Amino acid sequence: MANLAGYRRPSPGTQPGYLHPPYVSSIKRSPSKPLVHLSQTLSEITGPSFGTTSVDVKAFDLTRQHESEPLGERIIVSGRVLDEDGRPVPHTLIEIWQANAAGRYLHKLDQHNAPLDPNFTGCGHTLTDSNGNYRFVTIRPGAYPWRNHYNAWRPAHIHFSLFGPAFATRLVTQMYFPGDPLLTLDPIFNCTADESARNRLISQFDLETTQPAQALGYRFDVILSGRLATPWEK
Amino acid sequence: MKHQATTSQTVGPFFRIGLERLLVDNLVPEGVSGERIVITGRVLDADSQPVPDAMLELWQANAEGKYAHAEDVQKKTLEAAFHGFGRVFTEEDGSFRFTTIKPGRVPGPDDGLQAPHIVVSVFMRGLLRRLVTRIYFPDDPANREDFALNLVEPSRRRTLIARNSSQATGQLEWNVVLQGPAETVFFDC
Repeated sequence: MANLAGYRRPSPGTQPGYLHPPYVSSIKRSPSKPLVHLSQTLSEITGPSFGTTSVDVKAFDLTRQHESEPLGERIIVSGRVLDEDGRPVPHTLIEIWQANAAGRYLHKLDQHNAPLDPNFTGCGHTLTDSNGNYRFVTIRPGAYPWRNHYNAWRPAHIHFSLFGPAFATRLVTQMYFPGDPLLTLDPIFNCTADESARNRLISQFDLETTQPAQALGYRFDVILSGRLATPWEK
Repeated sequence: MKHQATTSQTVGPFFRIGLERLLVDNLVPEGVSGERIVITGRVLDADSQPVPDAMLELWQANAEGKYAHAEDVQKKTLEAAFHGFGRVFTEEDGSFRFTTIKPGRVPGPDDGLQAPHIVVSVFMRGLLRRLVTRIYFPDDPANREDFALNLVEPSRRRTLIARNSSQATGQLEWNVVLQGPAETVFFDC
């Protein structure tokens, strides 16, 4: 088999490194030796896909997983998954998870003394449609304290996990909210050197997807690595 | 290029609530050919302390060396039940375990064949971006000519090759050491 065209590697500064001392957990968990540069092969250019049979069509709506509705501000988070050339990434799985409106996760290790909400689990998933569009209905997560440093608070965020077409395009990220005063103080948000790359993690309030008398709309597009034109392109 | 790929962020400490639904610790459902192998190991930090909150994702070809993916156009058989994706979480003691088959050889660069391997993504609190590594199989003569293993300095290659378990036959052991003298080789790919 001839050499295959792989996926683009990130431009300098647009992805975090591993050791980022302000984020204390990275100190003991980051490799100390340089990564070994590997040409992508069939192993990296292929990857898992998840069809409609592995997806619950109702799982896009995190406000309807229980008998009653969760407390908090209902929001609609929608956007497109595109590659770096602007092509839609269709039928790809997106998994999300988040804290409830009080800033508490439904996880046994979350010790924050904010209340759990019996009507909110905080996880959802969906597939993008044939144009790369996705849509979730949820509640706006609360900020929450963590032990990274004195008086440390995570800005409100929703975790996103995406696969894309290949092992090489796998991405886990976090979506933030515009105008959050905690963003400038957060070592995780600030781990990426490139300011515009960082700011693209902030969703945008969107009146068009806001539903009257129902829920505010936020737009968040996710870009996955694009395909190289030839195996030799750097 | 119109856009730049979205910045990666850590999975954080609470990812299980969102990612557990897709836990796959047996990559070989009924009807998939190949000898079952159990691979166990631990994820360890810079102080050799267990990492109890890591996730490993696995991707591999079937026993003939074919991926369940449209871009694998090799004329090899692919059983409908085979997918090749796995996702496991570590326990309190940093351990993980999954059942699979040894994959066949798949094409590599320049018309070569790669030695049988599983590609692995490692996620955890503290990692702002996934780490990528590979699991190779012990005593396989193809390891000597594998292009990826040969990119690695000889003294570190063993971090990529699983060991036969002293505990159970048909079981392999392979650890992820994040930092230190025994640090696992991680790839930029």
